[in-house]
Amino acid sequence: MTRPIRLPLLLAAAAALALAPPAAAAEAERASRILSVGGAVTEIVYALGEEDRLVARDATSTWPPEAESLPDVGYMRALSPEGVLSVAPDLIVAEEGAGPPETVDLLRAAEIPFVTVPDATDAAGVLARIRAVGQALGVSGKAAALADEVGAELHAAVAAAEAAPGAPKRVLFVLSTQGGRIMASGTGTAAAGIIELAGGVNAVAEFEGYKQMTDEAVAGAAPDVILMMDRGGDHASSDAELFAMPAIATTPAAEARAVVRMDGLTLLGFGPRTAEAVTALSEALHGG
Amino acid sequence: MAADTALAAPIADRRPRARRATVGLAVFLAAVSVASLAIGASGTSLWGALSTLATGGELSQMERVVLWDIRLPRLALGILVGAALAVSGAVMQGLFRNPLADPGLVGVSAGAGLGAITAIVLGGLLPAAMVASVGNWSVPVAAFLGGWASVILLYRVSTRRGRTSVATMLLAGIALGALAGAVSGILVYMADDRQLRDLTFWGLGSLAGANWAKVWVAGPMILAAVGASLLLGRGLNGLAMGEATAHHLGIDVQRLKNGAILTVAAATGAAVAVSGGIGFVGIVVPHLLRLATGPDHTHLLLNCALLGAALLLLADVIARVIIAPAELPIGIVTAVLGAPVFLWILLRRRGMVDL
Repeated sequence: MTRPIRLPLLLAAAAALALAPPAAAAEAERASRILSVGGAVTEIVYALGEEDRLVARDATSTWPPEAESLPDVGYMRALSPEGVLSVAPDLIVAEEGAGPPETVDLLRAAEIPFVTVPDATDAAGVLARIRAVGQALGVSGKAAALADEVGAELHAAVAAAEAAPGAPKRVLFVLSTQGGRIMASGTGTAAAGIIELAGGVNAVAEFEGYKQMTDEAVAGAAPDVILMMDRGGDHASSDAELFAMPAIATTPAAEARAVVRMDGLTLLGFGPRTAEAVTALSEALHGG
Repeated sequence: MAADTALAAPIADRRPRARRATVGLAVFLAAVSVASLAIGASGTSLWGALSTLATGGELSQMERVVLWDIRLPRLALGILVGAALAVSGAVMQGLFRNPLADPGLVGVSAGAGLGAITAIVLGGLLPAAMVASVGNWSVPVAAFLGGWASVILLYRVSTRRGRTSVATMLLAGIALGALAGAVSGILVYMADDRQLRDLTFWGLGSLAGANWAKVWVAGPMILAAVGASLLLGRGLNGLAMGEATAHHLGIDVQRLKNGAILTVAAATGAAVAVSGGIGFVGIVVPHLLRLATGPDHTHLLLNCALLGAALLLLADVIARVIIAPAELPIGIVTAVLGAPVFLWILLRRRGMVDL
């Protein structure tokens, strides 16, 4: 029944393709089924007011809460090719590091545009991300406005943080305290970036990335404040546990019982809410 | 008298039973294969595509990619890896005369794991030009080379004057495993948080990265190794009675050991390289079949290949649809399915398994 129609349809499609302007630009304009991979990318899509075009997200996209009602294609580093195809996206916007490469190759083979948004650990990076997402979605104008707005907010937040009274605080970002071992952030991480923006000093400058630290090194880093991700639960008892750890007990932070807990995606996402994170962290550092 | 027939009957009955099992397992594998082509996260229908082809129509881009580039290589890789792991497990259990033996005992898994970790963690340090030329192959190639390197090392340690001692191999394997674990630990310490996630996922195994290139590279090696190990059946039967007895039965024991180690290293090395660490298939499948059809290796090895392939495909179908559009690592599915079944068998037939 459908056979007689198919050939003319194919010809028409071929003609349309031949006449269309350069493919990437045209598709970006029309993309109406977008898969967003990475928490910050999803936040930016919502901040741009383009959330109606989203069809799915990855497991790291948990903000805003509405995003969690979208289908979840799994962890961004372990995407399944058929899972991604099953939500029939016509554009994939992904944070750097999305993969595995085999899946990305297959998606490219399926001719689904795949746009990678760069990593960010500073203010300029946040704005570059917003512009990159805007360009991918074909709303560069809106993105430029949002970038200006976020840039101004960030500038104000950073200026306010710098103007805060007193000496800069030495901050130790603790990723986990599993089994009494302290996994802390060195240089070059999102945690180091946000600490710097909020007018603090990263207490660790000896290594890059997140590493397990020996107790003596933690004591030697002499942090004024411990910064952690908020995982819910009973803070009073976990604070008591934290400050009872031998490594931390001797630090100025333990004396002042200074611990700051913030939502991980807000704090480390480097998305549109970075200014909010800078202000909150700066206030917490100087309030505590 | 009654007790005598009860003892004799199963032994006499087992050959036809094993042959019937082979036919049944082949049918089961065919059914699971069709299911693996027909079931997936996307709505793409195998039957729709087949009827389009039958009426001379053109497949849509989506149908072509999902069926030809995703499900079919995944089916092929699932069969190859499942057969490789199950047959290697059976050969190892025969060689070591130990029901707990698995391919890990010849050092493949530890070496392959170390290779994969090295590639994941240190891959970023390679010059950009080299990364571009090696591309996605760095992890599988490193895993394969690591697996082989540790097998060769272990073989040389445990072979004296042309005789390989399986006991030395077992002990040296434990030492080598500990050493590989320590080096892996150093690399894990150096890894950043993304690489750590990659390592975890690699260790759980997956067929999601299947593509034709992997099938063409790993396929011939696995087929040759599994094919060759099917010929070891008679020798392993002899070996079950001890090395000396096997020798007096006219079996060239050293040649048998070399053959077993070589085929297991090739099959498992290639399987682990393309799919990561998938546990439990190598242990559960041979034991299921031994309990069902007896320990005769001449049937057992072929049946292991069929059941291993079918069970891995089944686990893969579950892994890809249970939390669609996301996907579970297949190692989780094989362990969740395999462990309780295995325990149930052990509890039911406690008297039959003699450690």
